[in-house]
Amino acid sequence: MPDLLTLHALDAHYGDFQALFGIDMTLADGEVIAIIGANGAGKTTMLRSISGLLRNRADQIVYRGQPIGALRADRVAHLGIALVPEGRQLFPSLSVEENLLLGGKVGRPGPWSMEKVFGLFPILEERRRQASTSLSGGQQQMVAIGRALMANPDFVMFDEVSLGLAPVVIKSIYDALPDIVGEGMTAMIVEQDISKALSVSSRVYCLQEGRVSLEGRTKDVTHDQITQAYFGVAA
Amino acid sequence: MSAPTVTRATRASSVATVIALIALVLLAAAPWWAGRADMRLMGEILLYLSLACLWNLMAGYAGLVSVGQQAFVGFGGYMLFALTIFGGLHPIAAIIAAGGLAAIVSIPIATLIFRLKGAYFAIGTWVIAEVFRLSFAQVSALGGGSGSSLPVGIVKSLAASRSGREALSYWLALGAAVVVISAVYLFLRSRRGLALTAIRDSEVAASGLGIDIWRTKLEVYVVTSAFTAIIGGLIFLQKLRISPDAAFSVNDWTAFVIFIVVIGGIGTLEGPIIGTLLFFALRETLADFGTIYLMVLGLVAIVVMLKAPKGVWGLIRDRFDLELFPLSYRVRTATDKGA
Amino acid sequence: MIEWVGVIVQGTLLGGLYALFAAGLSLIFGVMRLVNIAHGDLIVLAAYLGLSTTMMLDVHPFVALIVVMPLMAGIGYALQRGVLNQTLGPDILPPLLVTFGLSVILQNALLEGYTADPQKLNGGAIETASLSAGGLAVGVLPLLTFVVAVAMIACLQWIFYKTSLGRGFRAVSDNQDIAQIMGLNKAHVFGLAMALALAVTAIAGILLGMRTSFDPAIGGGRLIFGFEAVIIGGLGSLWGTLAGGVILGVAQTIGAKIDPGWQLLAGHIAFLVVLAVRPNGLFPRVEH
Ligand SMILES: Nc1ncnc2c1ncn2[C@@H]1O[C@H](COP(=O)(O)OP(=O)(O)O)[C@@H](O)[C@H]1O
Ligand SMILES: [Mg+2]
Repeated sequence: MPDLLTLHALDAHYGDFQALFGIDMTLADGEVIAIIGANGAGKTTMLRSISGLLRNRADQIVYRGQPIGALRADRVAHLGIALVPEGRQLFPSLSVEENLLLGGKVGRPGPWSMEKVFGLFPILEERRRQASTSLSGGQQQMVAIGRALMANPDFVMFDEVSLGLAPVVIKSIYDALPDIVGEGMTAMIVEQDISKALSVSSRVYCLQEGRVSLEGRTKDVTHDQITQAYFGVAA
Repeated sequence: MSAPTVTRATRASSVATVIALIALVLLAAAPWWAGRADMRLMGEILLYLSLACLWNLMAGYAGLVSVGQQAFVGFGGYMLFALTIFGGLHPIAAIIAAGGLAAIVSIPIATLIFRLKGAYFAIGTWVIAEVFRLSFAQVSALGGGSGSSLPVGIVKSLAASRSGREALSYWLALGAAVVVISAVYLFLRSRRGLALTAIRDSEVAASGLGIDIWRTKLEVYVVTSAFTAIIGGLIFLQKLRISPDAAFSVNDWTAFVIFIVVIGGIGTLEGPIIGTLLFFALRETLADFGTIYLMVLGLVAIVVMLKAPKGVWGLIRDRFDLELFPLSYRVRTATDKGA
Repeated sequence: MIEWVGVIVQGTLLGGLYALFAAGLSLIFGVMRLVNIAHGDLIVLAAYLGLSTTMMLDVHPFVALIVVMPLMAGIGYALQRGVLNQTLGPDILPPLLVTFGLSVILQNALLEGYTADPQKLNGGAIETASLSAGGLAVGVLPLLTFVVAVAMIACLQWIFYKTSLGRGFRAVSDNQDIAQIMGLNKAHVFGLAMALALAVTAIAGILLGMRTSFDPAIGGGRLIFGFEAVIIGGLGSLWGTLAGGVILGVAQTIGAKIDPGWQLLAGHIAFLVVLAVRPNGLFPRVEH
C-alpha cells in the first residue's frame, strides 16, 4: 500500500519547552492506526502539528508525497486532512447545523453530506437548530465527528473522542467508526483508553514524553509491552 | 570560593548613575550657561520626559493604556489658574494643590472606567478628557471656550525679573522630572512595583500570589493622575495662557507622549528617556514640515510597534545586555565579583 | 410639550447616524476583538472621498457611494491584511497603539490633502426638505439617515446570522484555531470583516458629510460617539448598538435644548451614567 502520511523526525516546541522529539511515523492509505500514551505524552501536540496549527519544517510532514509541515492549517484542511479535536471544541455561537456546514466549508467532493451525517447520528437531525452548547457531551462529540466528516477528508484524526463520556455513549460512538472508516478513509485514533483504540486499529504507536516508545501491529503487541511503553516502567 | 551573590547593580548602571549625576549638575546650572530659547526648550523636554515616564508606568507596567491623560494635564493647568486667581495661592502651592485635587478626582473616575476592559478602557479615558474639556469650557470665570491668561500680578509673584521667572520655571521642570523618574523607579523596585510587573506578565499568576490587582491598578492610576496634573500645572506656568483646546489636546499631551514611549521602548524605564531625546531631535529637524512630520512620527511608531515592540531601548538592551536602571536581579559568582 | 417631542424625535434620528458610526466598530470587535482607534478618522476619510468623488464626477453624494463604498472596503481589506492582522494577539497594546498611529497619520494626511477648512457634501434639495405631521416637522435627511441605519443593522444582522460569510465570522470569533482547521483562512476572514465594516463606514461618512460640515480633526469625536453607542447598547449586540446610538442622540439633543454648550456633555454624561448603573450596557449579548 502507498504511504499516505509520513512524519520524519518531527519535533515540536511551545516556546522553550520541547514537546516532541524526533517522531517517525508512516501511515498507509486506508489504514487505521491507534496512538496511545499517557496524559502529556504529546499526542495532541502531534495532531496539532499534522493539522498545521503548529508549524514545522516542511519536510518533517509529508502527505501524498508533498511536504506539508510548513503549511497553514487551512491549506492543510483543503488537502483532505481533518481533525476531531480534543474536548470537541464546537463553535458555541453556531447551531448544530451551522457547525456541520462550517465543516463542509472546504467543499471537497465525496460521500459525506449533512444527510449522511444525520443518518449516522439521527439524534443530530432532531437537534439541528439548537445551539451546539445545549447538547449533551456525547451529542457534542457526534457533532464534532460529523463536522470533520463534512469536509470529505481522506484522512481523519480523532483526538480522545471518548474523553469524559459515559461508557454507553463511548460504545455508540465507536460502533459508528466502522461506518466512517469503511469509506476507505485513513484514520488516526488517539486514546488514553487503550482497549478501545486497539479494538478498531490494525497498528499502534505509543508515545511517551514526546517520543515513540512502541510501534507494532495491534495483534502482535503484548499487554506487558504496552504497559512498559505507556508508563515507562516494567510491569 | 564564596557563594554567588545576588545584586541589582551592574557596571553599566553604576556608570549611568555617575553620568546622570554629572548631567544633573550641568542641567541645574543651565540658567548660567544656556540661552533663553534653549532653556525654554530644555524645560519643555523635561516636562515631556515626565509625562512619558508617567504614561509608561500606567501603560507599560500597569496595563492601563490611557489615551486620555490630557484630562489631567489640562486639569492641572486649570487648577493653577483657578487657585491662583480665585484662591490667592502662590503658583507653586497651587500646582501642588492641583496634584492633590487630581488624586481625589481620579478616584471616582477610576471606579467608573475600570469597568471597561483593555482598549475600551482607553477610549473611556478619552471620554473623561472630553468631559473635562467641555466642562472647563463652560466656566466663564476662566474665559469659557476662549480661555484666559495668567494675571501679571501672579506671574510677578514668582520672581521679580523675567530671567528669574524663567530660571525658576526651568528649575521646577527639572525638579519635577527628577522627582517623577525617581518616584517611578523606586516604586517599581518596591514590593508593590514588583507586584505590578507580575500583573503585567500574568494576571492569573499575580492573583495567585494574593495581589489585589484592582487596588494596585487604582493606586497607579491615582498617583499618575496627581503627578500628571502637577506637570500640567508646570506646563501652563511656562505658557502663561490656557484654553480648553490647548489644555485638553489629545495630540499634544497624549499622542506625542505615546509616540515617545513607544519609540523609546514601552515597559522599560530607559525607554521614555531615549524616546524623549529622539522625539525632540526629530521635531527640531522636521518641525518645518508640519503635517508631514506628524505622519512620519505615526509611521515610525507603527513600524516600531510591529517590528521592535520594545522600542529603541529594547534593541540596545538586547544587543548589549545593558540596564541603566537596575530593576532585575542578577546572580554574580565570586569570580566576576572580584573583578 | 410638542417641542419636547420634537427634540426626542430629532435625537432619535441623530442616534441613527451614531449607530452607523458604531456598527463598524462593533462588528470589528465582535469578530476579532480589535478596537480601532482610527475608526473615526476612517469615517472622515470616507466623507472626504465622497467630496472628491462628487466634485470629480459631478454627482450627488448618494451616487458617490457607488465609488466610495467599494473603495473603503478595499482600503479596509488591505489595511487588515497588510497591517492590523500582525497586531492581533493576546497583548492589547499593539492593536491599540498601531491604530492610534494610524489615526494620527490619517488626520495629517487629510490635512495635507484637503487643508483644515471645513467642507460639506452638497446633498441638494434633500437637505432642506422636511415632512410635517401633527405640528411636528421632521427633516427628510435625518429621517433617511435613520432608515438607512436601521436597514444597515438589519443587513449586518442578516449577514452575521444567515450567511456563510457570517458563519465564518462567528466561527473565527469563537475559536480561531478550529476555524482554521475547518479550512477558513483567518487572515482573509478578518480582512473581509474589516472590508464590511468600512463599507458601512463609507455610508456613515457620506451621511455625516451631508448633515454637517467636517474637517480632518473631527475623527476623534466620531470615534467617541460610536464607542459610547456600543457600550450603552451592550457589547456584541447590533440592535443594542442602535438603541445605544438613539439614547446618545436623544441625550445630546436634550442637552442642546437646555443650553447649546451642553449638547456633547449631556451625551457623555448619559454614557457615564449607563456605565455606572449597567456596566455591561443595556442590551448585552446573552450567550446561548
Ligand atoms: N499550549 C501549550 N503551551 C505549553 N505547553 C504545552 C501546551 N500544550 C501542551 N503543552 C505541553 O506539551 C506536552 C504534551 O502535551 P499534549 O500534546 O497535550 O499531550 P497529550 O495530548 O498526549 O496529553 C505536555 O507536557 C504539555 O504540558
Ligand atoms: Mg491530548
